[in-house]
Amino acid sequence: MSSRLINWFKFSSPPAFYDLAGRMVPWFTVIAVVLIGVGLYMSFFVAPTDYKQGEGYRIIFVHVPAAWMSMFIYVIMALWSGIGLVFNTRLSAMMAQALAPTGAMFTFLALWTGAFWGKPMWGAWWVWDARLTSELILLFLYIGFIALQGAIDDKRRADRAGAILALVGVVNIPIIYYSVKWWNTLHQGASVSISKGSSMGEVMLITMLIMALGFWAYSIAVALMRVRSIILERDRDTTWVSQLPEMQVR
Amino acid sequence: MGQSAAGDAGKMSAAEFFHMGGYGLYVWGSFGVSALLMVVEPILLRNRRKATLQRISRIVRLNTEVRDES
Repeated sequence: MSSRLINWFKFSSPPAFYDLAGRMVPWFTVIAVVLIGVGLYMSFFVAPTDYKQGEGYRIIFVHVPAAWMSMFIYVIMALWSGIGLVFNTRLSAMMAQALAPTGAMFTFLALWTGAFWGKPMWGAWWVWDARLTSELILLFLYIGFIALQGAIDDKRRADRAGAILALVGVVNIPIIYYSVKWWNTLHQGASVSISKGSSMGEVMLITMLIMALGFWAYSIAVALMRVRSIILERDRDTTWVSQLPEMQVR
Repeated sequence: MGQSAAGDAGKMSAAEFFHMGGYGLYVWGSFGVSALLMVVEPILLRNRRKATLQRISRIVRLNTEVRDES
């Protein structure tokens, strides 16, 4: 028991995690490239034409995975922020900081692909519907988090302020998720839900899940790449950084 | 029957594929921007890592030179 605990906490130290992240990035990159490659092939050549929306529905294969990631990354970011506040671990805040830009990107993509889907199907790029509005608020939360962290010079204070913002903003996640139920929205209800299963065709569902897993692997790879730079920047005055092999060249 | 389905798939031209049954702008506008961002982000991160390594290794080298002289 105690040995397992020690192993676990070892990776909460920046040098150990820097090394671990460096070894994990290539794996998640390969997984992401393979899954997204297969997912794209299935999106265009395997998944059948929809009987109602024709070829236009294929936007679902990026829209839904991007929207899922936008919410999922926020929850993980808030989780790291909470851990950072409770245990006062520096690495947790760095992970939250590494996730925010990728989360913001997926939120933007969810809104963008949603607009490109809404235009042909609803006749409008944008409507002030509960689902769309709460997703837009999510984008502002990400931007607010990034701006707040960047605006405070003292890193520990920046981490704490960002963590509180991230935790408060978490109330928006169930609002996004249940918005299609709570309000009468133009946005359609969930095609895949935890309680009711899926209302989609099997091939479409599998394609969407493969894309979602690919986006998930992409997010991990990118967040780990970013956290390595953040660790280096924050620990630049330490001995362990100056002794890294990549510092000795040139 | 199976033959004709395969024949139909084979007949789909590139122009038809990009046309997406009239939804070309919307489908490619979605997939295109997503692909662009998901390619650009890792490139930016690679550049950031390079710049960070360069900057910090310069500081490290300066510090060791100062230490050697004194």
